[in-house]
Amino acid sequence: MLSLFPLGWEHYLTGGLLIGAGVGLLFILTGWVGGMSTVFTSTWSYVSRRPFFQQGRFVETRVWRLVFALGLVLGAAIWWIWMGPTGGLRTGVPVWQLGVGGLLVGFGARQSNGCTSGHGICGLSSLQWPSLMAVLTFMATGFVSANVVLLVGGR
Amino acid sequence: MSFHKFLAVVVSGILFGFGLAVSSMVSPEVVLSFLRFQDFGLMLVMGGAVSVTVLVYQLAPRLLGRPVLGDHFAVRPSVMDRDTVVGAAIFGIGWGLCGVCPGPAIAGLGTGNWSLMVALAGIAAGAYAQGWLKDRKTSGA
Repeated sequence: MLSLFPLGWEHYLTGGLLIGAGVGLLFILTGWVGGMSTVFTSTWSYVSRRPFFQQGRFVETRVWRLVFALGLVLGAAIWWIWMGPTGGLRTGVPVWQLGVGGLLVGFGARQSNGCTSGHGICGLSSLQWPSLMAVLTFMATGFVSANVVLLVGGR
Repeated sequence: MSFHKFLAVVVSGILFGFGLAVSSMVSPEVVLSFLRFQDFGLMLVMGGAVSVTVLVYQLAPRLLGRPVLGDHFAVRPSVMDRDTVVGAAIFGIGWGLCGVCPGPAIAGLGTGNWSLMVALAGIAAGAYAQGWLKDRKTSGA
């Protein structure tokens, strides 16, 4: 029988609840909404004088967004030390896919003002229908591109 | 930023990053297998995260009035325009190529998966290009 979760399902649900706990705790303690794509724009405000990056919404939030990002790295590192593989995780996805894909991810998420966490978790939890439209859109184009890349010899 | 706030943000981030690693969303292969309909785990991750967050976002402002360490609860800015949809479409194309989105690109650094730094650099460059283009458009150049 075709399985929906060939690798098991418990770790997905546990991880998801933990992610929600992180975003929820941030909101309860500070009142801040923790989507992850904005840090990629707000951090540029440290080095670029361009008016776009110097907007208040980036300059005023750049410190906590970087601290939040630091927390993400620490949290994943705790997992690695506690239960991860010796020598670290590896990926077989080719470098060109990581690079080109990353460029489009960064450009698109910022143009859309949200990513999987910004629109997907924070936007949906704020009951915002533009975020639902964004989620359905990136799921659809993601499905197409992940399958097309196989046809052209990618991984 | 006060020490208390610093601690609050770090601990929240640690939960987020630990959750991304536990749910294996830091592995591009797992994300790609969702987009290829081979493993629906990402739906459980998203569902689990949203089920907690929606409760907090909807109840905390009503029950607490103000955040523990702050003066008001922020409201996520939200508009329905061309940028939201076109940007999401571009984001999805990139996501399907690399299997990495902004959160896992950052958390991936903590798992020793150094090749994810290529995706991280790509995302940073893409974000810069987006701001640069927006600037050019608004200045009419």
